[in-house]
Amino acid sequence: IFSPSLLLTSIFSLTDVVSVQSGCRFFHQKCDLHRLEEGPPLKAELTRDQGLQYYRTMQTVRRMELKADQLYKQKIIRGFCHLYDGQEACAAGIEASINPTDHLITAYRAHGYTYTRGVSIKEILAELTGRKGGVAKGKGGSMHMYAPHFYGGNGIVGAQVPLGAGIALACQYQGNNQLCVTLYGDGAANQGQLFESFNMAALWKLPCIFICENNKYGMGTSVERASASIDYYKRGDFIPGIRVDGMDVLCVREATKFAADHCRSGKGPIVMELQTYRYHGHSMSDPGVSYRTREEIQEVRTKSDPISMLKERMLSNNMASVEEFKEIDVDIRKQVEEAAQFATSDPEPPLEDLCNHIFYNNPPLEVRGTNPWSKLKSVS
Amino acid sequence: IQAQFNVTVRDALNQAMDEELERDERVFLLGEEVAQYDGAYKVSRGLWKKYGDKRIIDTPISEMGFAGIAVGAAMAGLRPICEFMTFNFSMQAIDQVINSAAKTCYMSAGLQAVPIVFRGPNGASAGVAAQHSQCFAAWYAHCPGLKVVSPWNSEDAKGLLKSSIRDDNPVVFLENELLYGVPFEMSEEAQSKDFTIPIGKAKVERAGSHITLVSHSRYVGHCLDAAAVLAKEGIECEVINLRTIRPMDVESIEASVMKTNHLVTVEGGWPQFGVGAEICARIMEGSAFNYLDSPVTRVTGVDIPMPYAKILEDHSLPQIKDIIFSVKKTLNV
Repeated sequence: IFSPSLLLTSIFSLTDVVSVQSGCRFFHQKCDLHRLEEGPPLKAELTRDQGLQYYRTMQTVRRMELKADQLYKQKIIRGFCHLYDGQEACAAGIEASINPTDHLITAYRAHGYTYTRGVSIKEILAELTGRKGGVAKGKGGSMHMYAPHFYGGNGIVGAQVPLGAGIALACQYQGNNQLCVTLYGDGAANQGQLFESFNMAALWKLPCIFICENNKYGMGTSVERASASIDYYKRGDFIPGIRVDGMDVLCVREATKFAADHCRSGKGPIVMELQTYRYHGHSMSDPGVSYRTREEIQEVRTKSDPISMLKERMLSNNMASVEEFKEIDVDIRKQVEEAAQFATSDPEPPLEDLCNHIFYNNPPLEVRGTNPWSKLKSVS
Repeated sequence: IQAQFNVTVRDALNQAMDEELERDERVFLLGEEVAQYDGAYKVSRGLWKKYGDKRIIDTPISEMGFAGIAVGAAMAGLRPICEFMTFNFSMQAIDQVINSAAKTCYMSAGLQAVPIVFRGPNGASAGVAAQHSQCFAAWYAHCPGLKVVSPWNSEDAKGLLKSSIRDDNPVVFLENELLYGVPFEMSEEAQSKDFTIPIGKAKVERAGSHITLVSHSRYVGHCLDAAAVLAKEGIECEVINLRTIRPMDVESIEASVMKTNHLVTVEGGWPQFGVGAEICARIMEGSAFNYLDSPVTRVTGVDIPMPYAKILEDHSLPQIKDIIFSVKKTLNV
């Protein structure tokens, strides 16, 4: 049972290892369940390769986000920039449990998912810096990055949830056994359109995993001040729900696997709540300390950091060495540095591109510029 | 000699959807009462019986939710037709239409298409009062990334709806409830399953040399009626049916104005920031301005919420006599 307090306690204070079999380790986990007789298995298997892969993924996202922080402070990134550091286990755990052919949609704190869904660090950072080598050619920015089976990056709080249900409808319609992971935050959890989506998803048994990344604050408003019920995993009412430690990549993976099986077996949607935390403020304009204490942030960093937790677990079970992790860190640093180099040196999109891509698969059209003599061209 | 058929706008829309549902299995229809009720205005009559639950989906009363679901489905490879029982209810969902549908192709630099049609009755009906009578042509036509279509007769309805469904982009298709039951002649060509009318091209419904009348939807009929009366007095009106609001076929209007030297726009919507206002601005900016012998005249709905009482409602919308009056004022006769 998780206490609703702001401090996350690690449930792995007990001895973790259950048994050792051919290099795998087994760990206890526990989730809160809503309208479910059984939940995800109490044991999670972690192989060395998996562990290193999850570590690498999370560390890459971490370093990429910190690089974005740096670039923003240098004014090379402008506008909105919502960073994901602290929440890496969510993105890594989810991606580890679904197929590349499954679908995923999230809100604006999207850089982590953009990476796990297959976009390179280079293309992400170059999009943030508004260059033509960005994944959206500099047209979208931080909140509007797309990739196959990844539908952004959405700026309007909550709007992505009906979209996700619609993607799930398409999966069901096409009979392809795929599902859609639809993410939203604790703030968006109070949007009416979520409940409309829950209703239709349940009614039509859409293969949709609704996942609330509860990082305790919707911008500057704590969950207690925003929600009459902070049990976000129960908010689906008639939809079963699971609440999970979102700082533990294995918990996230196992819960999402369970949820995916639920959806694929035709049982309909399921709600998951990942209890997680963001180190940064809501965005780069928010220092993040007017509504929470530095002590709280520091406590999470020391006791529940997802990357440290995984690393310590693997080290204490002799699954990898300190040197190996260091090597991975050095490699990631190099990759992020190279990506940042690209993102700062790549040219901005050409002015000829200004009016392009208004439409898809459309004959060229003329677009009015700022004055009547300015006739610009738009191609698809 | 081509055989002519009398087909109501309702049946024309029904035919369009039926043919496109049959042609492409990715096409499906969702909205309130579209399936088992046969459509609130019976536009989708018979479709559920023919295509079943998978293709014709009754939704709960959740505009924002089901419009978003429709957009998501379009993003993931389907081709939804999302019906709003009237466009007044689309305001509940307008964020999904604009921010999720219209802007996405641009924001993604062409990676993510949204092939969706939002359709339903728009504008005034009869006696449905203020909250159910608004015209949304100007609101939607304001936004880049959308195509906004407004058919008048049955051929328009069928050909344009088919084109809209086949278009890979978000289309707002504004129907008119009062036109649903009106029969129009439809050519044999229009009976063909591949009959489409291009989006973005206006049609000259009546040629004339003294003055140009530009309109869309129901008021095209009013303009033609006014033109018939004026013809008896020797005034020959050229009546242009816009068919598409965005992108607007300004070239057709300009070509006509260069011939007639006078322009009157006619619409049901409110005057401020409306379709007629846009036409005025475009004419001023273009080649036809120097051909005008008088300023452009706009005939519009009265700038008030729609009242209920019949006499008040009748006087809230352009009548044929208002068009005739405006033509004569513009011609200074």
